[in-house]
Amino acid sequence: MSARRLVSLVLAAASCAACSPIQSALDPQSPQAESLHELFWLFVVVCSVVWLAVMASLTLALLRNRSTASEATAAGSRTPALAVGAAVVATVLIVAGLTIASFLATRSLATDGGGLVIKLRGYQWWWEATYPAEGVVTANEIHLPVGRPVRMELSAADVIHSFWVPQLQGKLDLIPGRDNAVTITVTKEGVYRGQCAEFCGLQHAHMGLIVVAEPPAAFDAWARAQAAVAAAPTEPEAQAGAALFQAKACSSCHAIRGTAASAKVGPDLTHVASRRSIAADVLPATRGAFAAWIVDPQTIKPGANMPAIALEPAELRALSAYMTALK
Amino acid sequence: MNGTEGVRHPRGRDLPPEERERRLRRIWDPPRGILGALSVVDHKIIGRRYIATAFVFLALGGVLAALIRIQLATPEGRLLGPDVYNQVFTVHGANMMFLFAVPVMEAMGVYLVPLMIGTRNIAFPRLNAFSYWIYVAGGALLWIAFLLDFGPDVGWFGYVPLSGPQYGYGKRADIWAQMITFTELAALAVAVEIVVTVFKQRAPGMTLDRIPLFVWAMLVTSFLVIVAMPAIMIASSALILDRLVGTHFFNPAEGGDVLLFQHLFWFFGHPEVYIIFLPAVGMVSTMLSTFARRPVFGYLPLVMSLITIGVLSFGLWAHHMFTTGLPRVGESFFTASSMAIAVPAGVQIFCFIATLWLGRPVWRPPLLFVAAFVVTFTIGGLTGVMVASVPLDSQVHDTYFVVAHFHYVLVGGAVFPLMGAIYYWFPKMTGRMMSDRLGAWVAALVFVGFNLTFFPMHVLGLQGMPRRIYAYQPELPWGGLNLFVSLASIILFAGFLLFFVDVVRSAVRGAPAGDNPWNAPTLEWATTSPPPSYNFDGIPVVTSANPLWDDPETLPVATGLRVDRRELLVTSVQRAEPEARESSAGASIWPFLAAVATTVMLIGSIFSPWAVVWGSLPIAVALVGWFWPKGAPEDEA
Amino acid sequence: MKQRPALDVGGLPLHGLGSASPTWWGTLAFMLIEGTGFALVIAVYLYLMSLAPAWPPEAPPPDLAAGTMVTALLLASVVPNLLLSRWAAAGDLRKVRFGVVLMTILSSAPLIVRAFEFAALNVSWDTNAYGSVVWLLLGLHTTHLLTDLVDTVVLAVLMFTRHARTSRRFGDVQDNALYWNFVVVTWLPIYVCIYWLARV
Repeated sequence: MSARRLVSLVLAAASCAACSPIQSALDPQSPQAESLHELFWLFVVVCSVVWLAVMASLTLALLRNRSTASEATAAGSRTPALAVGAAVVATVLIVAGLTIASFLATRSLATDGGGLVIKLRGYQWWWEATYPAEGVVTANEIHLPVGRPVRMELSAADVIHSFWVPQLQGKLDLIPGRDNAVTITVTKEGVYRGQCAEFCGLQHAHMGLIVVAEPPAAFDAWARAQAAVAAAPTEPEAQAGAALFQAKACSSCHAIRGTAASAKVGPDLTHVASRRSIAADVLPATRGAFAAWIVDPQTIKPGANMPAIALEPAELRALSAYMTALK
Repeated sequence: MNGTEGVRHPRGRDLPPEERERRLRRIWDPPRGILGALSVVDHKIIGRRYIATAFVFLALGGVLAALIRIQLATPEGRLLGPDVYNQVFTVHGANMMFLFAVPVMEAMGVYLVPLMIGTRNIAFPRLNAFSYWIYVAGGALLWIAFLLDFGPDVGWFGYVPLSGPQYGYGKRADIWAQMITFTELAALAVAVEIVVTVFKQRAPGMTLDRIPLFVWAMLVTSFLVIVAMPAIMIASSALILDRLVGTHFFNPAEGGDVLLFQHLFWFFGHPEVYIIFLPAVGMVSTMLSTFARRPVFGYLPLVMSLITIGVLSFGLWAHHMFTTGLPRVGESFFTASSMAIAVPAGVQIFCFIATLWLGRPVWRPPLLFVAAFVVTFTIGGLTGVMVASVPLDSQVHDTYFVVAHFHYVLVGGAVFPLMGAIYYWFPKMTGRMMSDRLGAWVAALVFVGFNLTFFPMHVLGLQGMPRRIYAYQPELPWGGLNLFVSLASIILFAGFLLFFVDVVRSAVRGAPAGDNPWNAPTLEWATTSPPPSYNFDGIPVVTSANPLWDDPETLPVATGLRVDRRELLVTSVQRAEPEARESSAGASIWPFLAAVATTVMLIGSIFSPWAVVWGSLPIAVALVGWFWPKGAPEDEA
Repeated sequence: MKQRPALDVGGLPLHGLGSASPTWWGTLAFMLIEGTGFALVIAVYLYLMSLAPAWPPEAPPPDLAAGTMVTALLLASVVPNLLLSRWAAAGDLRKVRFGVVLMTILSSAPLIVRAFEFAALNVSWDTNAYGSVVWLLLGLHTTHLLTDLVDTVVLAVLMFTRHARTSRRFGDVQDNALYWNFVVVTWLPIYVCIYWLARV
């Protein structure tokens, strides 16, 4: 255990001394990821021993009979059956052991029934999360109660994507026409990051997903708030923004529950300002970031399906005020 | 076929050596001029062209790798936008797999196999010429499209639906799919030639247990090509049909299936790895034996391991699909079979080290590359055991860990042996030696540069960095290692650059090599360097697995072949007993014309299905021209 | 290196037949390539069938008449084909000339009926994945019928020229006959697939 920790430390130090691993398979935070992590180190240790043994024999073999003579020693080779047999047996034993260990760990990828259900749907290049029992529809940020098994039901709207939050679970693909499911049980409160792991086109690099694991009470409160329709804005500038949202192209793609906007092309924005980030974890959910994203999405995420919309500066201010108000 | 035949057609043995050489040259030497250059069917000239072209593609693919490393050196790199980046990594991968790795291995076989088994040309020499032209056309298609900014952008395995009619824009994915048709056609042609050459044209006495290991490796590889490549041709053709005429093979809305494409692709794609790796095993076995100055340890286990890997390689394809949610029972089977392939691979490494152990290693550049191969490839093999495990793969799949893994396997397992093989056989191909001093520098730079570049990628993958991303945000902890990797790659690039410098320098003024500069035991060293157009004056007669070590002075030969037509010896499959004096086709422009006609049809069919109809007519004409007898002496009997 | 004559091969024939001929082995290798191709497309058919809730989906199964007639014609052509191969082995030019002309006719006949098979499929290639795969199967096999017919025609013409009377040419006739048998044999599993698996 301590040797593993040490190697972990060295690996971490080698890459980045100060920052916390926010998307790393080396820092597991759920029983599933923990079991994968243990399996990983088992493989690393066994493979390292094998490699060192091969290196030692290679070095010895090369140094044993160094010669500069160029005459051939066409010595008859004895039947090497015994030696080769021993090599085969050793390899078989190692490989069989690792295979069995791998089968045992496969159970951590199993899906259980029961628990919370989240439907995660991949789009180019964002995630839609639906909680059928709780009546929540959100995007790019999911909340989970700590300690409760969560069944993630995965589907894809366009091309193949892959759901991967390395600290919580191994990845599983979202495939058009084929639904997958995986179970996660997060044991520690925290904010975890994942990102699409299957190449999905222009903005594959910017398809992040935030997972917030919180105590059951906090989760329930969050789910209740998310299930509610959007509160009407009170501030005049935001009210102007609300009107603009319906009048301009925004409402032809986005839904804001409680208003006339109900399109399903882009992310549901009912509580967009309650999220930590926007545009699939590319920008923070601040008023300035909203304005930047609305005015020029194609510079921030070239190829994204959100078009740039011509707005007067006042209109832009109003719209971003409205977005910021959608808590 | 009758008693007077010997009088009408003088045979070599009745002539003085100079007169015999003059007549052999007259009948075997390639025609001159531009038309002549397009008509060549000599396996050595085509092999050299094939190898040189493949190395040009290696250099071009290297330029793309450099662009990738500049882009990723810092967070949110600004050199390339996502559109160009996606083309760059797709063309890099497709180029390295389809235009460099497979062709260069086949090309080494085209050049070496006929020489190593003691025959005068490859079987079906015109098909060989056709294969080369088709390969060049496929490479040109990919690169011209890329330079015109419509290169494929869907990754080298072109998964649907991203490459399908709905999401693959323009003709980009079609370029990818049709480039595959070209290169697979070329590879299949060479595979057939090599199988028949090895089966039917071995020197008399070269029984199965006397076949050089490189030839065994090429034989097994050729069978892998024959069985694996139809799968990718079906996958890419079905993709083009989906895109062009509205079929629904991969459309889930109409009963098609997205994963069907992945099954077909990897049914080819996994054996593909061994199509690249097995020839390298053959090269390593050959070089080891020469530089350990003893026969390779465990000839039979090595042959068995080549065949075992060949068979097992068809039972592994689904381990590329562990994260798609296949049924667990199926996945367990594929884990077990993927792990099982470690056994024959382990046998190979064991035999290699045992050969060194029992021999007396001579430190020349090829041996340095062999040592680099053992060190590096073993790491790739062991990480291969890791990705074969379903649960582990669920963490590292599609991350930089896998990027590191397959570069260890392909560069460590195939490119290092290939570079050693170039140092080893360059004297035979050109008659000149490469530099020992530069060779040591190349080996050191490439070995150190490679490991510093690719080992940290394992860590990056575990830290969560997915592959195929054109940028990453500064908050993610990958900046330091990525910068390190990019800087380390400069060493690797310097190594390759020095290699090319040494090749060019040695080709112009390397020291003359002589027939057998390494005192090697196999037949290619029994003839001059470079060999004459007819390879061997008298066809060697073989009595052991290491003929030139038995008697380095005198070569027992078979006499009686005619000198007024291209003639070679056909022997029986198992015992290599002479069966017939077969003619070998002479130079012809028709394979080139057939390749041009095929190219027009294949490129036309990207744009219109009718191209298959009107495009077939010129191909038919060219093929009739190709096979119609012209009354040459080779058409007799 | 010095050479020491150890073997005289001057008495060997100038061309081997059957397994002594590289061309024969080349034909086998190409049959292996194409056989793998056919097997894979059949695997695709079975794969899609295993996924579909109903097979064939939303279409009646293909009508039997045309396909069965092609099968009968193909099977019937095997007998003269084998005879032709035997005549070629015996080097009987007169019979071989008769045989290649006969085989030209016998290999055109199924191609004509084949045209009606496409209509009898009762589905278009762009209707659904089932349609796509049966058209691919039938199309792939038709390509082989067509190329072998062209091959046979060229060979038939060649047998009436001055190039006919060589053992090399008789070897070509045998290889072509072998290939035709291959085209017939590969049709049988495809026939079962297209016409009978759609009825179980």
